[in-house]
Amino acid sequence: MYHKFDVVIVGAGGAGLMAAMQLPNASVAVLTKVYPTRSHTGAAQGGVAAALGNQEEDHWKWHMYDTVKGGDYLVDQPAAEILSREAIDAVYELEHRGLPFNRTQDGRIDQRRFGGHTRNFGEGPVRRSCYAADRTGHMILQTMYQSAIKNQVRFFNEFLVLDLLINEDRACAVVAMEIRSGEIHTFHAKSILFATGGYGRAWRVTSNAFACMGDGMSIAYRRGVPLQDMEMYQFHPTGIYKVGVLLSEAARGEGGKVLNGQSEYFMARYMPTLKDLAPRDIVSRCIVQEIKEGRGVDGKDYVYLDLRHLGAKVITEKLPDITDFARNYLGVEPITEPVPIQPTAHYAMGGIPTDVDARVVVDAQWTPLPGFYAAGEVACVSVHGANRLGTNSLVDLIVFGRRAGKHMAKFIAENDHAPLPSEPEAFAREQVERLYSSTGGEAAARVRNEMQSEMMEHVFVERTDKGLRHALDSIAGLQEAYRNVQMQDKGKRFNTELVEAIELGFLLDCAEATIHGALARTESRGAHYRLDYEKRDDANWLKHTLAYKGTKTHDVRLDYKDVVLIDDPVFKPKERKY
Amino acid sequence: MNIIVRIKRYDPEQEKKPYWAEYSVEADPIDRLLDALNMIKWTMDGTLTYRRSCAHGVCGSDAMRVNGRNRLACKVLIRDVGSKVTIEPMLGYPVIKDLVVDMDQFFEKYKSVKPYLINHDNEPGTERLQSQEQRERYDEGTKCILCGACTGSCPSIWGNADWVGPASIVNAHRFIFDSRDQGAAERLQILGKRDGVWRCRTIFNCTDACPRGIPVTDLIEQVKRAIVYGGTDEA
Repeated sequence: MYHKFDVVIVGAGGAGLMAAMQLPNASVAVLTKVYPTRSHTGAAQGGVAAALGNQEEDHWKWHMYDTVKGGDYLVDQPAAEILSREAIDAVYELEHRGLPFNRTQDGRIDQRRFGGHTRNFGEGPVRRSCYAADRTGHMILQTMYQSAIKNQVRFFNEFLVLDLLINEDRACAVVAMEIRSGEIHTFHAKSILFATGGYGRAWRVTSNAFACMGDGMSIAYRRGVPLQDMEMYQFHPTGIYKVGVLLSEAARGEGGKVLNGQSEYFMARYMPTLKDLAPRDIVSRCIVQEIKEGRGVDGKDYVYLDLRHLGAKVITEKLPDITDFARNYLGVEPITEPVPIQPTAHYAMGGIPTDVDARVVVDAQWTPLPGFYAAGEVACVSVHGANRLGTNSLVDLIVFGRRAGKHMAKFIAENDHAPLPSEPEAFAREQVERLYSSTGGEAAARVRNEMQSEMMEHVFVERTDKGLRHALDSIAGLQEAYRNVQMQDKGKRFNTELVEAIELGFLLDCAEATIHGALARTESRGAHYRLDYEKRDDANWLKHTLAYKGTKTHDVRLDYKDVVLIDDPVFKPKERKY
Repeated sequence: MNIIVRIKRYDPEQEKKPYWAEYSVEADPIDRLLDALNMIKWTMDGTLTYRRSCAHGVCGSDAMRVNGRNRLACKVLIRDVGSKVTIEPMLGYPVIKDLVVDMDQFFEKYKSVKPYLINHDNEPGTERLQSQEQRERYDEGTKCILCGACTGSCPSIWGNADWVGPASIVNAHRFIFDSRDQGAAERLQILGKRDGVWRCRTIFNCTDACPRGIPVTDLIEQVKRAIVYGGTDEA
């Protein structure tokens, strides 16, 4: 079926909905493979940073400094400036749309501490995270969906996007499958925004939803768009042991601490100033180090998150959801017992490269692909560099989702639809048909399990040349095996086996780009920690990785792009200490 | 431990009527019921169909009827369901396939109560002020994840598909009692109609079904009182 809109937005999380709100006079379609309120934005817990200064003195420039330093200087600094400046107005916009923030005594938006957010360029923690209990992402998603209803935005729910069409050097359409019927649809548009989220399901232990399969990244990558800094993947220090479900950093913002098997609050030993509020890459590495040196709990591969000293009132009022998770999934009572945790795959700093208006740029010279935009976790602006600070993901969604919408409004006023290529649905149909007709006998679940094990084993918190090469070979083999995946469900109607098989193909692409980038980057920076190259190497590596899909199945071409710095001594790269 | 998972299955594309399928699953007592469903789908029967996303009770995708009560499959642990567990699609919704039900009408009802902030004043340069007490007044309703478990558990919905249902009322409550909102009268008028709050017979199934612990029936009662007293002051 053929549809024509001014704008097509893929993904109905925070970024996609924020963009949709900026286009009141355009015809807009929002496609989502779930229902909008199921989007993974809703799982974000701790808060959204903005230097409102409601609790103590704060400035956007301090926020910018923390973002740049937290990202281990791989951040494009003008983008970090926009993030920190516009966060303030964007948070007020959320409040005006009805977001139920927690409040201070005098009725303003309440703010709390979070990892890596400091006053006066690193002096000590600052209260910057605006929050709604420990369900801030849920409230952003609900509020934006409610606003979308008010503005009568047109949704296409449970549509899985399969392809991006590029013609005459412009993005001109997406091809999607309606899950309920199996029917293929083409959405012809003047501009297209990908706001499809991340790919945490490439790892076995992850905080990410089953929906986080790297759809948008892979679809763009297959059409020649590079993926930037994919080796920069965040492992959140406090995932529930074995399950991976997130226990918000807000727990440490409120005073929680990590504890080893010898009853020592060990972060003070590593990071004397910020201790447990050091950025996530550092805390995750310290946990792994403690476990390696035998100080895990009972010699096992986990430590504790200790909230007991916060008292029942703070725990119940400010951290109700994560308390419920600990009770439900571990049978542990956080008010009286410490909670077993381990690092969990959480967030892609990398993704589809964009400029600060969310326009996708396809090479080291920042050449845009007109009509194509990306925002949120799927995109790499880059404001997170080598390590994202807690709460900055929600800031990214609202600030760059908004900028994407505003820029698209301008773009569609100045441009007409580019013509569709011939046989627009051919590539999408071929993917689907191959899976229906395959007799290769391979199980998608086996391929996925092996990939996830490989990523846990070799592409996790610590990496080595040997391990990454092993992972590379393994993923190449799994890409081959993927071609033989065979389904049992041959029906058209709501075929989730088909959806899962297509998504597995997306994940494999993301894993492949991640490993190639990680193997080439012979330094340690932010979340990318190489045991065989333990130091950051600014002389050679103060640059972004661009991974292009090669012509063969598992061939990748790498290029590099300079990090954008500004001329201000405060932001000059230096050693990162907390 | 070994458990028997009994699932009501139906693919209208292929089958004339629903049937029961049984699967024997080896599961850990602390596994989620969703893990057992995944195990079946990934290793035994790829045709088994259900929705799921976040897998920890915040996205609302996997509401289904578990041993006769609406639950999220990702919040129920194997140790709590017994050695034989019965799973059906939620009642009160048309079945699309197996455990997947059509939620479109549910979301249309949600939209009908104007679930968004209505405020005609000019926006201030910073945030609107709200005291901690005012914020607390509507806190419960903000937890709703629109999973539909409450609405699908309500005998009034089973008998009358046009009824607005508990989830919509919870979300209306969330705005009616928000000090920043000016749309209470409009919503109370909508909910005062024949298919509004009065079809609630205070059966409490909704409260039992809510995976977020929202006191659904109590919130509905507050809306009823607001209608009777003509506003939110005495409710």
